[in-house]
Amino acid sequence: MAEATQLPPRATTSSRGSYFGGLLAWLGVLPFFLFAILFLVWPSSSLIVGSFQDTAGNWTLKNIADLFTPSIVNSYVLSIQISAVTAIGGALFGFLLAYAAILGGLPRWVRTALMTLCGVASNFAGVPLAFAFIATLGRTGFLTAFLVDVFGINVYQMGFNLYNFWGLALTYMYFQFPLMVLIMAPALDGLKREWREASENMGANAWQYWRYVALPILLPSLLGATILLFGNAFGAYATAYALTGGFLTLITIVIGQQIAGNVLYNPNLGYALALGMIVIMVISIALYTWLQGRTARWLR
Amino acid sequence: MRKINFWAWFWVILGGLYFFLPLYGTLDFSLREQRGVLSLLAYQNVLNDPRFRDSFTYSALMAVATIVVGMLLIVPTAYWVHLRLPQARPIVEFITLMPFVVPAVVLVFGFIRIYSGPPLALTDTAATANMLLMFGYIVISLPYTYRSVDTGLRAIDVRTLTEAAQSLGAGWFTILFRIIFPNLRVALLSGAFLTFAIVIGEFTLSNLLARPAFGPYMVLLGQDRAYEPAALSIMSFALTWAAIGLIQLLGRGAPEQRQLGGVH
Repeated sequence: MAEATQLPPRATTSSRGSYFGGLLAWLGVLPFFLFAILFLVWPSSSLIVGSFQDTAGNWTLKNIADLFTPSIVNSYVLSIQISAVTAIGGALFGFLLAYAAILGGLPRWVRTALMTLCGVASNFAGVPLAFAFIATLGRTGFLTAFLVDVFGINVYQMGFNLYNFWGLALTYMYFQFPLMVLIMAPALDGLKREWREASENMGANAWQYWRYVALPILLPSLLGATILLFGNAFGAYATAYALTGGFLTLITIVIGQQIAGNVLYNPNLGYALALGMIVIMVISIALYTWLQGRTARWLR
Repeated sequence: MRKINFWAWFWVILGGLYFFLPLYGTLDFSLREQRGVLSLLAYQNVLNDPRFRDSFTYSALMAVATIVVGMLLIVPTAYWVHLRLPQARPIVEFITLMPFVVPAVVLVFGFIRIYSGPPLALTDTAATANMLLMFGYIVISLPYTYRSVDTGLRAIDVRTLTEAAQSLGAGWFTILFRIIFPNLRVALLSGAFLTFAIVIGEFTLSNLLARPAFGPYMVLLGQDRAYEPAALSIMSFALTWAAIGLIQLLGRGAPEQRQLGGVH
């Protein structure tokens, strides 16, 4: 009993000073670090290392140079285009939606309902999402048939195709704009009423308030959120695969094909493809983090 | 004021249409397998398909394993970082954000490079391949589960609880499993439901590791059937809705916690 009452204070306080105790404390996070190394750090760094080696294991920059062959560049460009289009489109629409629901003077329940819907929609992705859009806007889909029956408009004769770039973009939008709403809601909540009142007192009109007060404050979070949407679409594989069956050669699809069967006839070039994706994601997350830091100053 | 209201309604209704039209379209489509009448035939076909039951059971078990092992890994770590190792916080947080930088398709590529040959040929037997898939799922759900647990830990007084337990003679095991876990149940359940929603229909990892999961089954079915995929889509949506709904129900009264994005 005496032991039990003596030990506890030591367990929480004594380790602070002693070097040995500090080392012992690190043991507590060892399983997590082991897991992270085995299933995250090592696999990804092995790809990075592999992209600077040839099949025999010698160091080379040839794989990186080979990334600039037209078909691979096209894949990156296609992925970047679809991510940029859906990020910007999703950001604009999501922002307008969040603004309407939060500052548009609508009843409170609209906002609650919208946030719930967005929580669901931003998580409804992958294969089921592709199926939903095929059932709705495919050649025999519900909306396609409805437009023919009621308005006599055949969108497929007008050049629309769900299985090409714009069809995929439309599908991605389903999880992109809800994510934007979820990210922007707290930022819009952070716009203080006093700022608007203060600018009005000084004679600013609505446009001036937006141009000189609200927008500069919101801009970092707007840009940051757009970058997050970009990354969200850039890494997507399942939705595109289920929708187009690998017909649109996004970079993720090419990597998937390379895993399933060595289509590039050079596994190390495959690793370089993965490295390129990681580099683009690192750049976007770094930008995002930097912009987050700028937002945090105002939205406390 | 009237003008602002008009545009506000305009955007909200447009957003609502974008949300509900595909769902309504899919629901309508899934009921039309029999020509001329609305029927649940597509749903019956799906539910009677033994491959559906097998793959769904597989993915559900995978989700449970991911949740249990993931929590056993994350909760003690987050707890320890809060209590004893605040200096490890930046490293741990960096690791939990890494899955954002490494897309699932890249992660699985790395898995195959390392674990498909000697010395660690995990993809050779079903049991080890399942284990590999589970750890992959823990990785992709890591940003969400860790954040959920971390927010939960911030809301309770970890130090006081620990010291109180210790002064009553509790060991670390008792503290973790009888004090910390029960106090975190809202955060744990939110993380668990979100993980379930992510894992149940996951396609990238399971397909490229050639595991008999629900996601690959759905794609297979989509290649040779028309109405059944729509039925599956509606069922998946109902599952997502249930998972997110439960998270929001649990989160009531707790500090606001948002879940951003899933796995696409």
